[in-house]
Amino acid sequence: MLSYVIFTLTLCGIYALLALSLNLIWGGVGLVNLGLAGFFAVGAYASAIATGAGAPVLIGWSAALVVGAVVGLVVTFATLRLRDDYLAIVTLGFAEVIRLIALNERWLTRGSDGISGIKAPLKAELGLQGFSYVYLAIVTLTVLGVWALLRRLDLSPYGRAMKAIREDQQLAAFAGKAVLRFKLQAFALSAAIAALSGALYAHFQSYVSPDHFQPLITIYIFLAVTAGGVGRPSGAVFGAYLVVIFLEATRFATEWLPGLQPVQVAALREIMIGVALILVLHLRPQGIWPERIPKAPAPSTSPTA
Amino acid sequence: MILILQALINGLMTGALIAVPAIGFSAIFAVLRYPNFAIAAYATIGAFAAWWANTTLGLAVVPALAIAFAVTGVVGVVAEETSLKRLRDKGALIVAIASIALNLVLENVIRFAFGNDMKGYDLPIARDLRFGELRIGPQQLQSLALAVIIMAAMFLFLRYTRFGKAMRAVADNPDLARLKGIDPARIAIVTVFLGAGLSGVGGVLIGLDTSIDPLTGYRVLLSVFAAAVLGGLGSIPGAVVGALALGIAEEMALIVTPATYRTAVGFVAILLMLTFRPCGILGERAA
Repeated sequence: MLSYVIFTLTLCGIYALLALSLNLIWGGVGLVNLGLAGFFAVGAYASAIATGAGAPVLIGWSAALVVGAVVGLVVTFATLRLRDDYLAIVTLGFAEVIRLIALNERWLTRGSDGISGIKAPLKAELGLQGFSYVYLAIVTLTVLGVWALLRRLDLSPYGRAMKAIREDQQLAAFAGKAVLRFKLQAFALSAAIAALSGALYAHFQSYVSPDHFQPLITIYIFLAVTAGGVGRPSGAVFGAYLVVIFLEATRFATEWLPGLQPVQVAALREIMIGVALILVLHLRPQGIWPERIPKAPAPSTSPTA
Repeated sequence: MILILQALINGLMTGALIAVPAIGFSAIFAVLRYPNFAIAAYATIGAFAAWWANTTLGLAVVPALAIAFAVTGVVGVVAEETSLKRLRDKGALIVAIASIALNLVLENVIRFAFGNDMKGYDLPIARDLRFGELRIGPQQLQSLALAVIIMAAMFLFLRYTRFGKAMRAVADNPDLARLKGIDPARIAIVTVFLGAGLSGVGGVLIGLDTSIDPLTGYRVLLSVFAAAVLGGLGSIPGAVVGALALGIAEEMALIVTPATYRTAVGFVAILLMLTFRPCGILGERAA
């Protein structure tokens, strides 16, 4: 039971990073990334392949960050100039293409067999139990670190400029903000965070395969961010924990339903996720912890930004 | 040479099938101004409705298609009215996200009812027609003919009927249309009925050739988007042109790349189009 709790909390942290990634561009510059599962996969594979080739785990995680950011820039470079719906369509396609590559480029990803035996840092020294505690700590500290960074970013002039772009990009451009540059930077950083989350996931599971990166993950994260509160890093993290707990709870709840096939149970759980997202959008679109917009400072005390 | 000609023929055939749901997607986008991801589920629901009519009631393809159209049209309107309509004033992205959730719900309702197994239509088996060295399946030919008839009917509807003209008016300028006494709520319902219905019919046409399962619609979603973007988002003739172009591009790519990368062609096509001509082949607005 304890190891189940530890496992779930680690998964919560990994989803929280994905939620922070989505919140950065959605709550920041007002774009959506429907290819989160793709960036998650890119990071997982990047780190699995790098460490498989002999690199230390930390190098693998750094590689995931860099590859994630670069791939994010390449994919969205052409699209970010256009209306937001195009980005939604392109990122959705991106996730699908990444899955196809993972399935078919056997020399790189070992296809549908997946990559197993991914290095688990310190597992030999700590034993299974010790490793799961330490890994939970690593993931949780990473979430805290990224959360603090993004919160700081939110409160900085940079964050204010991002939110100005979200609210009205023409006005922001008129005020002298380089809209496209902000969007590109935000997207690259967001993609890097999603990829880091994937890398943490790969070394946690010590096995990745294309099946781990279904588009469903992206929907979970959208539910997490909308439920928590778009535009507020704390909300995104909180939402991610809620969603994982909700997912696990539905696992137990469906056990109570007699006479259902496993496929029907799985279908019911996904129906509940979808219904939950629609309900949140209707009933509490601002989320549980809504974004706080700070008042503009009085002119006399305003610091130079 | 014969290889290229065969690819061209196959491309036009698959393109014509993709064109049907792509018209549905574009119609909804043109009038309601949001990308509706639930068309994937509508296509799946249509495919299953026709499969049920075909295997349980023993209906032939055409009446089964009519049933699929009606069922998905009604499902689409009910889904729109209950779960998307009230979100429209919160912006296109929010509605799009809700439509993804809706897609997940509907897809899993199908999975709950029918399971994950592949299902095939009960159709007479026929030999391929041969023209010299070119081969065409009679089933594909029938689907092509049906797709062309459906598209022609859609164009006649938009061109000559009151509802069709009103739809185009709302797509063109919603405020002006309202001033002229067109009720946007009614037009929205008609559009969603048509768009969902066409997606459902598209799901059947795509499934006739192979088999269907709960992911039938999701698998063509990217192709539908690619067709719509290639032709110009929101343009109905554009959706047809884009679908045909995409179908040909996919088949041509199959000559040089493995078949597993078929859906990737759509993605590459979107990226190239957005880089060099973001408004699409026939579109006007992009930025």
